[in-house]
Amino acid sequence: MAKKLPATDVVIIGLGWTGSILAYEMAKAGLNVVAIERGPWRDTASDFPPAFAQDELRYAIRLDLFLRPQQETMTFRNNARQAALPIRNFSGFLPGNGVGGAGIHWNGQTWRFLPTDFRLRSHLEERYGKTMLPADMTIQDWPVSYDELEPYYDKFEKLCGTSGQAGNLRGEKQQGGNPFEGPRSSPYPTPPLKQAYGPKLFADAAIKTGHSPFPQPASNLSETYTNPLGLTMGQCTFCGFCERFGCGNYSKASPQTCVLPALLRLPNFTAQTESEVVRINLDSAGKRATGVTYVDTSGEEWEQPANIVLLCAFSLFNVRLMLLSRIGKPYEPQSGQGVVGRNYAYQTTSGVGVILKDKVLNPFIASGAHGMMIDDYNGDNFDHSGLGFVGGGYMGSGQTNARPIQTHPVPANSPKWGATWKKNVAETYQRAMSLATHGSSYSYRDCWLDLDPTYKDRLGRPLMRMTFDFHENELKMSAYLTDKLAEIARALDPAELNANPRKGPYNATVYQTTHNTGGTVMGADPATSVVNRYCQSWDVHNVFVPGGASVFPQNHGYNPTDTVGALAYWTADAIRQRYLKNPGPLM
Amino acid sequence: MTIPSPSVALRARTSQRLPALILAVVLILLIGFIAYLQSAKRPQMSAAQAIPLGGNQSFDQIERGRYLTVLSDCAGCHTAPGGEPFAGGLTMQTPFGNLITPNITPDRDTGIGNWTDAEFVSSLHEGRGRGGERLYPAMPYTAYTKMTQDDALAIRAYLSTVDPVRKKVVSNQLPFPLNIRASMLAWNFLNFVPGRFQPIPQKSAVWNRGAYIVEGAAHCGTCHTPKNLLGGDKTSAALTGGTLEDWFAPNITGDTRKGIGNWSSDDIAHYLKSGANAWTLASGPMAEAVSHSTSQMTDADIAAIATYLKDRATVQTATSPVTLDANSGVMRAGAAIYEDSCSACHMRSGVGAANLFPRLAGSSLVQSDDATTLIRVVLEGSRAVATAAKPTAPAMPAFDWRFNDTQVAAVVTYIRNAWGNSAAAVSTGTVTNLRTKLQKTRAGGILGRGN
Repeated sequence: MAKKLPATDVVIIGLGWTGSILAYEMAKAGLNVVAIERGPWRDTASDFPPAFAQDELRYAIRLDLFLRPQQETMTFRNNARQAALPIRNFSGFLPGNGVGGAGIHWNGQTWRFLPTDFRLRSHLEERYGKTMLPADMTIQDWPVSYDELEPYYDKFEKLCGTSGQAGNLRGEKQQGGNPFEGPRSSPYPTPPLKQAYGPKLFADAAIKTGHSPFPQPASNLSETYTNPLGLTMGQCTFCGFCERFGCGNYSKASPQTCVLPALLRLPNFTAQTESEVVRINLDSAGKRATGVTYVDTSGEEWEQPANIVLLCAFSLFNVRLMLLSRIGKPYEPQSGQGVVGRNYAYQTTSGVGVILKDKVLNPFIASGAHGMMIDDYNGDNFDHSGLGFVGGGYMGSGQTNARPIQTHPVPANSPKWGATWKKNVAETYQRAMSLATHGSSYSYRDCWLDLDPTYKDRLGRPLMRMTFDFHENELKMSAYLTDKLAEIARALDPAELNANPRKGPYNATVYQTTHNTGGTVMGADPATSVVNRYCQSWDVHNVFVPGGASVFPQNHGYNPTDTVGALAYWTADAIRQRYLKNPGPLM
Repeated sequence: MTIPSPSVALRARTSQRLPALILAVVLILLIGFIAYLQSAKRPQMSAAQAIPLGGNQSFDQIERGRYLTVLSDCAGCHTAPGGEPFAGGLTMQTPFGNLITPNITPDRDTGIGNWTDAEFVSSLHEGRGRGGERLYPAMPYTAYTKMTQDDALAIRAYLSTVDPVRKKVVSNQLPFPLNIRASMLAWNFLNFVPGRFQPIPQKSAVWNRGAYIVEGAAHCGTCHTPKNLLGGDKTSAALTGGTLEDWFAPNITGDTRKGIGNWSSDDIAHYLKSGANAWTLASGPMAEAVSHSTSQMTDADIAAIATYLKDRATVQTATSPVTLDANSGVMRAGAAIYEDSCSACHMRSGVGAANLFPRLAGSSLVQSDDATTLIRVVLEGSRAVATAAKPTAPAMPAFDWRFNDTQVAAVVTYIRNAWGNSAAAVSTGTVTNLRTKLQKTRAGGILGRGN
């Protein structure tokens, strides 16, 4: 029997980006807030100070900051004909663990989605006709527009201090920025990062081949910056230890650098760490949440009653908690009925490796979001007529790291080990350049999340089952994008070039990205979405999923964090300005 | 990270000073014994006893008293971390032994609820408490004596309104014979000049207010003025820096190299209000002073402090030592360590980042004769104070596990002599001594403060 704690106004499940933003906004609104986090407390000075933050073995190989499968894992299969098996080592994607969540170990790439992405189905059908889209593709319009979300993108970027060059300022095109981006209400808070030699070479080649390169928007800051919460961040040192690492230099935006020190000063905020929420509790009618039940490290159960429940975990775990708490109807692919678990999507990435002649790239001068990119082949920025696919992605040269354990480029004809291999690595390291595409992953009827019938976690709850594979549309898109990237790369006159478009089937053991999206998607129609345009559950009005990537109806050709952060602020505003005045369904 | 104990009086450099200490104790004993014989009867109450009572329960009076407890940082010592406000219980480490701060809540048995107003005022003005008992000068009555009687009574009025806490504290943990309170009679004779603050008519009201705060209520000299063998102020060297609890409280005179002569009034104000400015960030004992006291002061009082400190004549310190040869072995070793482990935050040029990473180039603390704080921060790391204005609280990580004493000495010597800085080289032995002491105090739980 769970011990009952005193009631609070708001309980937050998960203290990562969305959890800390919502906690701050709710506490500032005068509400008592309790955040419950499964993992440990994490702090720059204690957990990843510069005295040992750059430890590739500890953080990148042994995955110190990530979730352990014994805490929670999921089963995986490519399609309904297979039996799903548990993921026993996270490797294809890496969920975070602890306070700060994925906001600690991300690379800092801070992209907005395109205005047309927000009305994807309408836009594509208007432009190409209704027969262009595959019958089993379940993409849908977002229930919010780019224009509605713009002020919240702006707010999140100012929280992070994002470094970049605007390409579209209030409708005016800006030299050197992304010419395809939606109008921005203000420039990036800090100027773009300086670019290393490799990205500069790529940018030259991109211009030569008729493209429009620009510095990737980066939340690894180009200069010292103080955000609206009064928190000061430092200048990025290009140490090359971003993704999988915490930043010891206060340079990468994270809940630790951008929110938590200000949040902790608020007396009406409480964090309960190393405590895992096992379910959201509902009243007898199932129409209202009464709070959550969590279990602490000694196995003891606690009930935390609350008036509002904010589901702020990583996207996959948001979906699982909704399923375990029986909020919303689980998706069933045969009939296409139900919503929770529907429209799971991912990201379709690919690479082009080049080895240049006589260049010294110093690839270790690196930062998570540093690099030069083009957006010419993203979304519907290019004419898809006759191409046989929809979607796209950005691409370019991101010099994120060249760490010793994981970086040993060799020419194609090299042996895989031995003295010659070593010699080849030494000769190639300075000349090798990895170019990448970052493509969309649209949603399909047969890609979904549900509870596994066989496997259970340490608390006896069913694991979540993922059923996912790449579809022909995405593979064609990846082939096209990779070709385009290779074309630009050839302008660099490389000694060697290897183009690797994404090939199916999806392999959950090879790292591609941790951009898992969908499953509690937001929409205008309760028949095809779990939450409404305010990220509020259609079924239980005091449960919100404020902006985790699980609310994305499909995934676009960009990294999700900027949109996640914008939706967090968007939801916070909706709760403050609408829900608190009149608690009930907002739609 | 551990946050050390706050500013305390009675400090002197203890290490390598044992003979001097013994001498001091013998001296105190001798004079104390004579004084004790002469005043075997209970000491007389002071003139303060004639204080008119009543009228001290008005809101204005209590609120003024509340602010004065902030100005005087009473909570800094009398509130233990996590403890009830003003209930005492904080261990203060002095070179002579430990003292535990008393309970000053209005509890009648274990606090000061039974004290008369006269006794309370006497404790601030004369270092004598209930029934004339002699206080130890860890209680900074040597500074509080400058406060007006009105201010003392206002503090009393406020303290009478806080929640009484029943908590018995045995303050006196000193070894024999220092545990005989009458020995302080001798100490006072040598080190204590009682008397209220006397304004200087030639100076502005703002200046005089600043002087009143610095010399009186805020008792800055308790940490920042060097001490004689008995732990009394070396008044001739006021505010030129002092060492306590293995921290060096820097020189805050107008000295441009070792002091804050290069700081503008705004720099001083920002530092006191927010704990950070373009030069440095408050950490260690000053973090607590900022947190409990200066960040809560009014802008007018902070401006007054800045005016007073900026107006003090530059104290001439010894001619700056010749900067060490950059090509010497120790400087090259130090430069290499700095480049690898320090330059990412403090920058190759030593300029740091305003409000985030302290500036080392031109820093007075870095160039102080006493490098205790600099060495300590390299060994143990340190976290800057968090304030409403500057909530970031960035931290320097500990390097004691990565660098040996010679390496620490090299990097510290380099920092003290790079970018135009100049200060004496730090020896390996100095680092070894401090490392040993810090390990001991940590083992004793002193730095954990109440853990």
